Amino acid sequence: MIVDGIIILMGYILTFLILFTFWCIFSGYFDAFHLLLGVICSIIVTIFSSHYLFPEPITIESIKRIGRFIGYIPWLIYQIIIANLQVVYLVLHPRMPINPKIITVETTLKDDISRVIMANSITLTPGTITVDIKDNTFWVHSLSDASSSGLINGDIEQKVKTTE
Amino acid sequence: MDIKDIISMVFIGGGLFFFFTGVVGLLRFPDIYTRMHALGKCDTLGLLLNVVGLAIYNSSSLTSIKILFIAVFILLTSPVVTHIIAKITYDSGIKPWQKDNS
Repeated sequence: MIVDGIIILMGYILTFLILFTFWCIFSGYFDAFHLLLGVICSIIVTIFSSHYLFPEPITIESIKRIGRFIGYIPWLIYQIIIANLQVVYLVLHPRMPINPKIITVETTLKDDISRVIMANSITLTPGTITVDIKDNTFWVHSLSDASSSGLINGDIEQKVKTTE
Repeated sequence: MDIKDIISMVFIGGGLFFFFTGVVGLLRFPDIYTRMHALGKCDTLGLLLNVVGLAIYNSSSLTSIKILFIAVFILLTSPVVTHIIAKITYDSGIKPWQKDNS
């Protein structure tokens, strides 16, 4: 019972810290008056909306997961740069060698959050747009054969799976 | 003109190049899906480079952090909007342009 209370309190404290950090960055004033205003506002917002930010109780596992997700971001930026250069090549090529088509990709990802990360990564990577998701199937519009290769051989899915 | 200005100029120039190719793609590509590739995507890298360039150019570190938050929010919202446009277009029955029946 006490442990449950501490875990719920952890969610409130984390939300408060995140909100207060944002307040400090965006306000830019560090005198007592503005900091006090920030504390009051952060507490009010925390009481109303902490359960939106952390719907499930915080465990060691969920903290590790956030860490793994941060490790995933550099790989995503690298992929965005590569694929963006491919799109630039297609746009500026005189004969425009595009071959657009809609492909379906099966996924084994169970978690809703993982699917959202995967869909957003596909859309962020130039050359592919997630059109729809039904159950385990992604409908993806791909611009050329080269841009959909990373999807078909499952590179993105493997990477997203490591963040689960 | 010191080294900071030159670095930020390189970043902003690269960003403008990607925006330029995005607009060229908008004009050249055949249908709404392929145009979305050009505009929604060249902008991600173009905007990232522009924002990093501006953050380097700005000497105040607090302002630089605020500028970098613009990039974070755009990276979160841009794919969602692109996906919604694609889904609505697909649901309303517009077929993608194919190479052979052009």
